[in-house]
Amino acid sequence: MSLSAVPTVTAQAGGQPGVDWAWIERNAGYIGEQFVEHLLLTSIPVALGFVIASALGLAAVRWPVLYGPLLSVTGLLFTIPSLALFVLLIAFTGLTIWTAVIPLTVYTLLILLRNIVEGFRGVPAAVRDAATAMGFRGVRRILHVELPLALPVVFAGIRIATVTTIGLVTVSSLVGQGGLGQLFLDGFYRSFPTPLYVGLVLSVALAVTADLLLLALQRALTPWTRTVS
Amino acid sequence: MITFEQVTKRFPDGTTAVTELDLDVPEGEVVVLVGPSGCGKTTTLRMVNRMVEPTSGRLFVDGRDALRIAPHELRRGIGYVIQAGGLFPHRTVTDNITTVPRLLGWERERATRRARELMELVGLDAVVADRYPHQLSGGQQQRVGVARALAVDPPILLMDEPFGAVDPIVRARLQQEMLRLQAEVRKTIVFVTHDIDEAIAMGDRIAILNVGGVLEQFATPAELLAKPANAFVADFLGEERGLKRLSLRKVSEVTADPGPVVGADASAADAGRVAAEHGTDWVVVVDDDRHLVGWATVDELGDAARLGELDLQQPRLFVYAENSLRAALNAMVSSRVGVAVRLGPQGTYEGVVTHEILSAELLR
Ligand SMILES: Nc1ncnc2c1ncn2[C@@H]1O[C@H](COP(=O)(O)OP(=O)(O)OP(=O)(O)O)[C@@H](O)[C@H]1O
Ligand SMILES: [Mg+2]
Repeated sequence: MSLSAVPTVTAQAGGQPGVDWAWIERNAGYIGEQFVEHLLLTSIPVALGFVIASALGLAAVRWPVLYGPLLSVTGLLFTIPSLALFVLLIAFTGLTIWTAVIPLTVYTLLILLRNIVEGFRGVPAAVRDAATAMGFRGVRRILHVELPLALPVVFAGIRIATVTTIGLVTVSSLVGQGGLGQLFLDGFYRSFPTPLYVGLVLSVALAVTADLLLLALQRALTPWTRTVS
Repeated sequence: MITFEQVTKRFPDGTTAVTELDLDVPEGEVVVLVGPSGCGKTTTLRMVNRMVEPTSGRLFVDGRDALRIAPHELRRGIGYVIQAGGLFPHRTVTDNITTVPRLLGWERERATRRARELMELVGLDAVVADRYPHQLSGGQQQRVGVARALAVDPPILLMDEPFGAVDPIVRARLQQEMLRLQAEVRKTIVFVTHDIDEAIAMGDRIAILNVGGVLEQFATPAELLAKPANAFVADFLGEERGLKRLSLRKVSEVTADPGPVVGADASAADAGRVAAEHGTDWVVVVDDDRHLVGWATVDELGDAARLGELDLQQPRLFVYAENSLRAALNAMVSSRVGVAVRLGPQGTYEGVVTHEILSAELLR
């Protein structure tokens, strides 16, 4: 797709506002593929981001002096315009999935790191003391005491990161990835709004569903936060 | 059991929390650390299980140099209870109580059985076993905290203002239960509070600390109240020292005055004679089994031939052997004639506790 096509399309934009159901039927397979790709382009970066942010977060909890600098760096990365980062990466990773995955991962770091650290810091001092007094140490202490209590805040971070990423994925359509974002481009270049509608509805539905599923998972993992009286 | 030798704790910011502390906590006793806020009570307590490391000095736990034992190993033998229990919000009551047994690798079944046992010991209803801490009352949370600390039967318990978060009524009940429990389990307990009344109620011995962790006096409650070492201690004990001393003593510890007592068959004239002998204007009337019939002032009696047939007055309050002298004082000030009538277990008259008897006790 050459960029010179853009002005022509703009001139014709807004031609046919209706939904072409026949097109949807004919392209169901294609739409499905983009949806799956969108799912991958969301889950891989969030998962990778979570692994990296966990490592950084635990280090920042252990050595609090690291927290400030880590926040500055991830915060700085967060401010790089996404389009610039995608285009920049083409030089290194070409038009592979990594061109999308790396920036998307980077954007999750700030949110995840912040929530992981705040989650762990939010564990009440009395609970920490009790754990120490009972001889909890190392990995056991993290797994059995601190992580469970940090979970609600950590999950809040994962939910924000996921929803944000679902939105950002579409931008990577400009570097040949993009999942449902490809449908936006289709609609735009051909000044044919149906794919655009489909992409929009599906990505919003995906975001809402993902958020609800994560919330359900969080509640399943933190039964004590459900007030039963 | 726990010995501090010249222990000092200075924090990195320069605060001296504890100064050259010498303290010996005998096995099976409750030692209460008490003093104003910031006087180093918590710091002292936490040095015992090395949650705080002493800056200098020596510390022995059960004859061993505590500073040479790995902290987590030392902590296994020391239960720790803090305000509201410091319970794990994400664990049920049973899981909270079984934490240490599970850490030590007990089978789930054995640990759960132990939890049931402990819940009964601390007076927790079995229905709360699967609840989370936030579903419990303050008093129940506190009991879970105690049960959890006792899980592997450690010889030592450290308690940091354990009853600080509950209302006075629940607090008094928890104190009583703790004393009953202690009579059963006989742990060596270091108990922190800033409430002198709680210290007097709970302590076999009391250590009064001043700001900077300076030990002002270490003595039994009775010694402390009778002979405060200095103005700080006297001030800390408060104005009602006499009353507090009385609350530590039992009616059985003093000899009751027989009082002006006459039989139910006696006449008004007999009563007048007995009253005069005792220097009172009233008499106590008892029947043949020495059960109290009532009391009366002499001029009420007229010329009655048999006092037992009159409608006599009843004392408003009685005291028994196991009551405190403070209760006796209360009965005294509630009585029209200023004495507390002491009864035996079967309601027999055993004499009266008078103002003179109490004063003599306090002056001893
Ligand atoms: N980690 C710390 N770093 C610096 N100073 C500390 C630290 N912990 C306690 N202190 C200081 O040491 C002193 C004693 O504190 P501690 O907590 O032992 O007092 P406390 O008697 O338990 O008081 P309270 O009745 O208020 O609980 C206080 O001045 C306190 O500010
Ligand atoms: Mg304290």
